[in-house]
Amino acid sequence: MILEINHLKKSFSNLEVLKDISLSVEVGEVVSIIGSSGSGKSTLLRCINLLENYESGTILFNSQDINSNKQKVNQYRAQVGMIFQSFNLFSHLNVLENCVIGQVKVLHRKRKDAVVIAMDYLAKVGMLEFAKKSVMTLSGGQKQRVAIARTLCMDPQVLLFDEPTSALDPEMVGEVLQVIQNLAKEHRTMIIVSHEMSFAKEVSDRIIFMDQGYIVESGTPEQIFVNPVEARTKEFLARFIQ
Amino acid sequence: MYILSTSIPNDLFQAAYFIFMKYAPLFIFGAKNTLIIALSSTLIGLVIGLGVGIIKTLPISSSDPLIKRLFIRFIRLITSIYVEIFRGTPMMVQAVFIYYSLNGLFSSSRILAGIFIVSINTGAYMAEIIRSGIQSLDNGQNEAARSLGMSNFQTMVFVVLPQAIRNAFPAIGNEFVVNIKDTSVLTVIGISELFFQANSIAGSIYKFKETFFVAAAVYLFLTYSTTLVLKYIERKMNMTGYDGPSSSTTPLITAHFKGETS
Repeated sequence: MILEINHLKKSFSNLEVLKDISLSVEVGEVVSIIGSSGSGKSTLLRCINLLENYESGTILFNSQDINSNKQKVNQYRAQVGMIFQSFNLFSHLNVLENCVIGQVKVLHRKRKDAVVIAMDYLAKVGMLEFAKKSVMTLSGGQKQRVAIARTLCMDPQVLLFDEPTSALDPEMVGEVLQVIQNLAKEHRTMIIVSHEMSFAKEVSDRIIFMDQGYIVESGTPEQIFVNPVEARTKEFLARFIQ
Repeated sequence: MYILSTSIPNDLFQAAYFIFMKYAPLFIFGAKNTLIIALSSTLIGLVIGLGVGIIKTLPISSSDPLIKRLFIRFIRLITSIYVEIFRGTPMMVQAVFIYYSLNGLFSSSRILAGIFIVSINTGAYMAEIIRSGIQSLDNGQNEAARSLGMSNFQTMVFVVLPQAIRNAFPAIGNEFVVNIKDTSVLTVIGISELFFQANSIAGSIYKFKETFFVAAAVYLFLTYSTTLVLKYIERKMNMTGYDGPSSSTTPLITAHFKGETS
């Protein structure tokens, strides 16, 4: 059990976004979270990465409470990589430097080694030839692939994808999903928030359906997509299939 | 160096040329002091502005301990008072007040007094420039840095400030140009910058119109060449891959930044 979330609650002022979330993730497991906008999926990911504070509940990472030691929060974050909907590449750095900066500043790798690792992951996402380019010259799909490489360079134990293809033009979605699929084949531990239902079905070991701050249903892709039990799941999927 | 005013040509341009040639060393001495004060004050002001601007953007989270929240609020109050006072009063008044308040402190060098006054005045403006530069950045930059495991400090130094300073560079450069002109008020505390020199020359030959025409030309030369240099630096900086605002609603702005690093 690499990640264990117990009775997590989170509100924004008086709006309760996460009501009682419990979830555990095994090493090498690919979990997709689906649900309509406002169901709390992204907030859950952001809580796992501690970009948001939560009011109650615990998140255990390798059996350690991630909030127990404030000094180690930054180290923890480096081990849990986050990929954002809007890429968030550092716009003052070129592609290669985007992948190097975290390694040098956080992991204290030698620059020479960091460059080798960065080149390796850029090759893996098919962006090696763009290493010296400014990030502004890239398309959305290319930016997201660089963002994935940047995160992989930190050797994270868990990857969190927050709607990685939602800001992309339709023709660029495929190239990003392909990269994520390759990572799934390597049995990396991943939690993916996505609206790409067929992709989630194909790539995931487990699907979680969230609605109004609760986990309504969870199971294998077959259980959720073919034989959903809960009425709300059926309703959500029916809307999506239309 | 006394000359009869009758020996000066009547035509404005000829007279100005005559005066400039005659008193070139005095004008150049004044221009040199003007530049020294303006440049050092802009740089020191930038350092002050960075400090104050960062303080003004420090986040206060409700989960922070009470002491920390009170402390941040307290230093924020201090910085606000500083910024409001120095932006809300004329620099000429500040110069006289500070110079005579710190009587004796700068007895060895009036130039130092000038640099001190203009620096803290510029700092107040720079603080606002840096603050808005930081706040104009997309919060995603901050989140991406934090999610890689960078500390608040590393995020500020390696991700936020480089972008904030680059975005604010035109405004920072503008402060330098403004300072070249505004150092003229230091004449009230007897600093021999360009205005002071022109005033002395004009007074000794009773040719105010002509002498200040020369002074204006020298000021214009200083500000215009500075503007050209700043534009050149700005162009160079934009070639190292500025992404433009991350929003897709600003294609016209991003279209200006087409360079790439090599």
